[in-house]
Amino acid sequence: MTELRQRTVREDALPEDKELESEAKIDGETASDSESRAEPAPPPASIDDTPEVLNRALSNLSSRWKNWWVRGILTLAMIAFFFIIIYLGPMVLMMIVMCVQIKCFHEIITIGYNVYHSYDLPWFRTLSWYFLLCVNYFFYGETVTDYFFTLVQREEPLRILSKYHRFISFTLYLTGFCMFVLSLVKKHYRLQFYMFGWTHVTLLIVVTQSHLVIHNLFEGMIWFIVPISCVICNDIMAYMFGFFFGRTPLIKLSPKKTWEGFIGGFFATVVFGLLLSYVMSGYRCFVCPVEYNNDTNSFTVDCEPSDLFRLQEYNIPGLIQSVIGWKTVRMYPFQIHSIALSTFASLIGPFGGFFASGFKRAFKIKDFANTIPGHGGIMDRFDCQYLMATFVNVYIASFIRGPNPSKLIQQFLTLRPDQQLHIFNTLKSHLTDKGILMSTMEDE
Amino acid sequence: MLELRHRGAGPGGAVTPPPREGEAAGGDHETESTSDKETDIDDRYGDLDSRGDSDVAEIPPSLDRTPEILKKALSGLSSRWKNWWIRGILTLTMISLFFLIIYMGSFMLMLLVLGIQVKCFHEIITIGYRVYHSYDLPWFRTLSWYFLLCVNYFFYGETVADYFATFVQREEQLQFLIRYHRFISFALYLAGFCMFVLSLVKKHYRLQFYMFAWTHVTLLIIVTQSHLVIQNLFEGMIWFLVPISSVICNDITAYLFGFFFGRTPLIKLSPKKTWEGFIGGFFSTVIFGFIAACLLSKYQYFVCPVEYRSDINSFVTECEPSELFQLQSYSLPPFLKAVLRRETVSLYPFQIHSIALSTFASLIGPFGGFFASGFKRAFKIKDFANTIPGHGGIVDRFDCQYLMATFVHVYITSFIRGPNPSRVLQQLLVLQPEQQLNIYKTLKTHLIEKGILQPTLKV
Repeated sequence: MTELRQRTVREDALPEDKELESEAKIDGETASDSESRAEPAPPPASIDDTPEVLNRALSNLSSRWKNWWVRGILTLAMIAFFFIIIYLGPMVLMMIVMCVQIKCFHEIITIGYNVYHSYDLPWFRTLSWYFLLCVNYFFYGETVTDYFFTLVQREEPLRILSKYHRFISFTLYLTGFCMFVLSLVKKHYRLQFYMFGWTHVTLLIVVTQSHLVIHNLFEGMIWFIVPISCVICNDIMAYMFGFFFGRTPLIKLSPKKTWEGFIGGFFATVVFGLLLSYVMSGYRCFVCPVEYNNDTNSFTVDCEPSDLFRLQEYNIPGLIQSVIGWKTVRMYPFQIHSIALSTFASLIGPFGGFFASGFKRAFKIKDFANTIPGHGGIMDRFDCQYLMATFVNVYIASFIRGPNPSKLIQQFLTLRPDQQLHIFNTLKSHLTDKGILMSTMEDE
Repeated sequence: MLELRHRGAGPGGAVTPPPREGEAAGGDHETESTSDKETDIDDRYGDLDSRGDSDVAEIPPSLDRTPEILKKALSGLSSRWKNWWIRGILTLTMISLFFLIIYMGSFMLMLLVLGIQVKCFHEIITIGYRVYHSYDLPWFRTLSWYFLLCVNYFFYGETVADYFATFVQREEQLQFLIRYHRFISFALYLAGFCMFVLSLVKKHYRLQFYMFAWTHVTLLIIVTQSHLVIQNLFEGMIWFLVPISSVICNDITAYLFGFFFGRTPLIKLSPKKTWEGFIGGFFSTVIFGFIAACLLSKYQYFVCPVEYRSDINSFVTECEPSELFQLQSYSLPPFLKAVLRRETVSLYPFQIHSIALSTFASLIGPFGGFFASGFKRAFKIKDFANTIPGHGGIVDRFDCQYLMATFVHVYITSFIRGPNPSRVLQQLLVLQPEQQLNIYKTLKTHLIEKGILQPTLKV
């Protein structure tokens, strides 16, 4: 994640290049070292994307500080961009997530092409993008249609598409599969199977995560913003703590990560999460589920905040009481959940980063791409988010709310009458048992 | 699928290891890496990435497992007929085993599907080990099996638990497991993921990532298919039997038609497949499916959804057969009227659906077989394994079934029935009380409107 970046900060850029070059020479220039052979200059010498403006402004500083400044400025630019997008609303956020997904997919597939020299395989570029389209169509149809339920029911073509959605998606996927089989060429079987496997694993990783992110977003923007900010905060805090206090290495895979950075980042992230959730829980626009309003044909975030977002009194446990001197504290219940989210972000999130570092070392690349100057590709920025989105989604499904009631009603309406009656009666007896339903309310 | 079998039938039954051409033909690549003392293992096997197919050595086949009895009995015949006989006997054995298990019931069938899934997974992973010479990678064997376990746990918990809803409601610990099922599965998977990251060893990064990806793609293919098979099974054993038999029938009849009438090659990937076999197989499979559907639709045992009765602690298949399995009169289109000289014909509606299933089995099913053939050629293996004498591995037998299970599942959910009622009920019971009350009121209004519920009844 930030590991290779840290190396560039600590030493000058030049020895870094030499290190990679010498590694290549020791390996004997075997055919496998395809990167160094196919591209005469090692990867760090790819096109420098830093805008000319920045280059000139910083031309006086030494290259070490210059790099630090470039990274700092880009970090602030990205964070500002993030705030603007949040301000613009859920629809724009969804589009951004979709673009990030497409760019990540493109980056990883391009690496695959470079590794296997398979850029010219017949059909393959088309097929990869086609599979991406199919899987996206399937997921968007399954999840997003639930939220647009009423809109879908009105329009006849949309209703048919929604009713036979799985069948249509499967047919589209099958077409791609058959095209793949028909495109197998005699001398390139193995490469084609590798690229097929590579595409599918990439889809599994990138597309499922991005859809879980959108799911979380619809639950309430706070469920999207707090996890992502925690991961970013952990990134930055762990780097700072490691920079100032770092001494004991954490893992052989990323030699610049330290235990001090890890633990310092953990505590800092938990505190940050608590503060951020406190601030955000006050606003309806973050806390309410995103709904699509049919009359105004736009997204609205307006509701009665649930219990999770109402201040409650908590008794402070004995030992902290003596420290702080308060008996009770008023917190939002969501802040308790945010502790769980921040803990995951700081303890398990880095494993996503280690995974990406291992991947880069395995395929001898410095960065996934050169999209963001000073930072590398989009994947480099989002590798720790990888597991976070899944965790938040699973957390919400398990602890916060159960299944989606409107979806259940929708499923119920498609059942047969005898099944509907059976379920209705079971529900009725269940509610009566629990005392939720009074038998005298029958006539209402 | 059957193609490499044809090749084996020619020269003889016994398999001889081919000359290891990889060492010689590798040329400068090989000599460079072997001459280098400090070759990174990554790079040596990284060769696999960019070399053409012909440069790579073949993977040595496993031992010949034909039982001694068969060998002695057939020792008199020439090797070509001997191979044909072995295949024939094994085919009949497999079919009888299939019938036996059907007789024993749905639970045995579930166990059989699980057993096949585990064996297929094992076969494909073993090929991966041999391709990458990665059998000794630290932890990797443990991790592959662990991931298989996790994914199976997740799927069984999501789907099968719905059917055992009444059983589950009784036991307290099971309730807990079901409520937090996704979280527990995710935690288990994460533990495996973190173990993988911690097990990355300096010289073996690339191999480890390859095996990780190989495992995941295998899981994606095999485990999802096998769970869809089990879901189809719970819908009614006929939804399990007719598709699988259609694929097997297509296999056999395409082979027979190709054997007797085959002339025009079908696809370069499998040179022994012919258009005559393909088309002949298509028509015979449709007819076979039609007849099999007619026969099986009569029996409640095959037609009813499988349910678990908690009182007797076993699976029962007893119900009022749905409309799909009740004879109906269809008026024939005019040209068929002239041919058959009848006005109407009574059919089960399911037979119409069986035409769709057989069509898929004969037209698209073979693509699964071509996929497997391409895979075997890509990795230069003759068979996936040597489990079944004369036929190869389990995956060899089931490669065409690959897409069939998904198709049947998608077909059922799109055209036959909506969501699973017990699942809807289970989800309803998990909601918050206020939500349940709201839904109750909405449902009541809807049912009264439709006339399904009488408003005056105070039940």
